[in-house]
Amino acid sequence: MIHGCLAIYYRELMIMKRRLPKMIATMSVSPLLYLIAFGYAMGENVNVDGCSYLEFLLPGLIAMSSMTQAFSIASEINIARFYWHIFEEFQAAPISNISYVAGEVLAGMTRAFISIFIILILGYFFGVVLSCNFFFWLAIILNSFIFASLAVGMAMLVKSHADQSMFSSFVITPMAFLGGTLFPIDNLPIWAQKILFLLPLTHASKAIRAASLGNRPDYSSYIILFLTGALFISIAFLCVNKARD
Amino acid sequence: MIILKNLNKHYKSIQALKNVHLHINRGELFAYLGPNGAGKTTTIRIMTGLTKLSSGTVLLNRFDIEQDQVAAKKESGLVPQSINLDQELTVAENLDIHGMLYQMPVKARRSKTDELLDYMDITDRKKTLVKHLSGGLKRRVMIARALMHSPKILFLDEPTVGLDANIRRRIWAIVKKIQQDGTTIFLTTHYIEEAEFLAQRVAFLNNGEIVALDTPKNLMQKMGTWAIDRLEESNMETTYFQTREAAKKFMADQKQSFTLRHVNLEDAFLTLTGKKVK
Repeated sequence: MIHGCLAIYYRELMIMKRRLPKMIATMSVSPLLYLIAFGYAMGENVNVDGCSYLEFLLPGLIAMSSMTQAFSIASEINIARFYWHIFEEFQAAPISNISYVAGEVLAGMTRAFISIFIILILGYFFGVVLSCNFFFWLAIILNSFIFASLAVGMAMLVKSHADQSMFSSFVITPMAFLGGTLFPIDNLPIWAQKILFLLPLTHASKAIRAASLGNRPDYSSYIILFLTGALFISIAFLCVNKARD
Repeated sequence: MIILKNLNKHYKSIQALKNVHLHINRGELFAYLGPNGAGKTTTIRIMTGLTKLSSGTVLLNRFDIEQDQVAAKKESGLVPQSINLDQELTVAENLDIHGMLYQMPVKARRSKTDELLDYMDITDRKKTLVKHLSGGLKRRVMIARALMHSPKILFLDEPTVGLDANIRRRIWAIVKKIQQDGTTIFLTTHYIEEAEFLAQRVAFLNNGEIVALDTPKNLMQKMGTWAIDRLEESNMETTYFQTREAAKKFMADQKQSFTLRHVNLEDAFLTLTGKKVK
């Protein structure tokens, strides 16, 4: 299983290496705009949960970016599947489907980690230094794992690149804004809080924010993230199996 | 050796393959011909594990593609119809990743890459990004990649489609060379002269069924030796003759223009399937 997973992961790394300068530029744009618009411009006068808005915002941006970047591996898989037909090369190779899933999930997580390092550096320039402790990284690993697994599963189910964009527009983008990233969900009505509690990103934002601001971690968030990750990787595996006719 | 026994494939109500039986010998170059939609690519996809069969058995050097998939896949290499190389990677990187997928150690991957690029006469393109290669060169890279793990069976699904005559002939020479080195080759093609030139045996597939299987020579001999083509009310009519004398006698009675030629494999194909190869 390991060699197949490494081969898939190595391929994605080679492609990332070739695109790295462009990737860094692209990954920097949106967090930079958020920091300027929501953090820097209005942040100095706004306090949320006992900290400045910039300190509140940065962990939210990390949660959001680890989700969107991990999920963006779906587009790479789609391009490889629909336009370059490289997926056939993997299907014809003597590797298990779980190796393929693991390789692509690792690639998605790597993209998420690159984006997080960019945000941490940007945060440093905006005067916010977060506590990058064990629980901070654990929450990021779980969050990126969940959305990279979801990406692999979705990439196998969709019939075209347009379907993929539609899923992003209706699921990923709303979640990015409503998952406790830009504002505390405690201020919302109870019914809305209950709905948002079902989103894995809400738990990831909560866990990342608590850990990065040095607060006591809420273990239930980690358990929910872990269980969601286990569910999504199982779905991804089943979807790859189904992709072979 | 490739063995197909009672191979069937259904796509909902459509039966793409009907009881296909084949026994291809070790080291043989076998051509599989048929019009569009006959089931050629479906057969290759089943044999390479890309598509599940509905019923029947596929054995690649005694390994069952359904029961012992990993071992069966290691026995074979595939050159698919569409270019499926990583466009953003170099030629060497494409080969290297293929070697990794087949569990080849680093040293073996490096030496095999050099050996194959030399074999295909593309050593100078080793570090070129695939997207910068011509169609013919991409095809050669695909063949090199399929040979990377030294498969005993090579599946070529329309390997020369869209290439000009010159490059096509160059690919033919490479295919012949691979077969002479002991690899069993299963070839599908639209170019009937390709099968006639390369294959030791040919199967004609029509609507998912094998309608003829023999050597190109035997298939052609069944038609005769000479053929006369003539235009009859906007249809091309062909008549076959065993001897040149019989053909000449027929020609003497003709009033319209005609062409006398040797029988070829396409004549056998058209007669047996009633269709043009498109």
